[in-house]
Amino acid sequence: MLIKLLELFVTFFKIGVFTFGGGYAMIPLITDEVIAKGWQTKDTLIDFIAIAESTPGPFAINISTFIGYEQQGIIGAMFATLGVIVPSFVIIIIIAKVFNKFADNKYVIGFLNGAKPIIVGVIFSVGIDFLLSSVFKIKEITLIREMIFDWKTIVIFLIVFGLTKVKERMHPIFIVVLSGLLGYILFGII
Amino acid sequence: MYFKLFWTFFKIGLFTFGGGYAMIPFIHKFGVDKYQWITEQEFMNIIAIAESTPGPIAINSATYIGHKVKGVRGSAAATLGVSLPSFIIIILIAAFFMQFKDNMHVEYAFQGIRIGVAILVVNAAVRMYRKLDKNYMSYILIAIGFGLLLFDFLSVIYVIIVGGGIGIITQILKARGEENVD
Repeated sequence: MLIKLLELFVTFFKIGVFTFGGGYAMIPLITDEVIAKGWQTKDTLIDFIAIAESTPGPFAINISTFIGYEQQGIIGAMFATLGVIVPSFVIIIIIAKVFNKFADNKYVIGFLNGAKPIIVGVIFSVGIDFLLSSVFKIKEITLIREMIFDWKTIVIFLIVFGLTKVKERMHPIFIVVLSGLLGYILFGII
Repeated sequence: MYFKLFWTFFKIGLFTFGGGYAMIPFIHKFGVDKYQWITEQEFMNIIAIAESTPGPIAINSATYIGHKVKGVRGSAAATLGVSLPSFIIIILIAAFFMQFKDNMHVEYAFQGIRIGVAILVVNAAVRMYRKLDKNYMSYILIAIGFGLLLFDFLSVIYVIIVGGGIGIITQILKARGEENVD
């Protein structure tokens, strides 16, 4: 049990160290680490992401608490959440104490100039991967020929995606509730 | 004072939906306007630091403001405050969700929700893309990040290190180039 708790802490510590630019930048890291360790399947992880996006508070805390709790109960939730908090906490205190001009440092600027576009590409790739798996039931891009055409998932995609293009910056909760409702109607009732 | 820091950030954590960026106006309202813990200039500085350091923006700004007001213990109070509401709410939801996740009706809804989440992630990538400085290098890096991950060549952490490394090298080369011109 102790080993599992340490593993949760270390995994989320790593995720905390490499997350630049808000909650969505964390999703590729979480997907990578958590699925590779067999803690979640892609589907259950996406379910957690939906819940973490629809509850108050920082996404990072929500998702680490959720996965930690699911693995090892409340203690697991504490270790995972602490893991994601500690890197930020330590780095910010060092900056606040000795390095106030951190954001102007040329190496920091250089690192971010390179890391930011690559993170955009990574998030985009995860988004496409999630789309392929939720709409066409493709587990990996290399298995693209095994795609399944289901008019129901395609209809949900078209409605929700269309709406986000008509009105930008729609609240994530609204998207989650709407797509859940559509899923329930199309799969449960029709 | 520790309790005031804790309680203020507890409220910020409780009432912000939609992640760290949604928190920024609240941090301004309490930190700058109401309690004057930080100046307008420091607030801007915090946002710049939060965006250039790893980790959740909420934790970064809570730690920074807490430190400004009451040192490391102030940081701990503010960070605990901003994290605790999420922690409690998620544990309640997780306990509840675990009982229903195998329910057929819940699964129907989640078949739709997974598509919604995928759309949220794609749209987030598009939004972040719009904020980038566009030049040939950023296009190449986006393509590298996209391709490396889509075909599972490298884990995300290494992909980010590759990007940051390329960025630092470019920065150094650019600085050398400017020196030579002088």
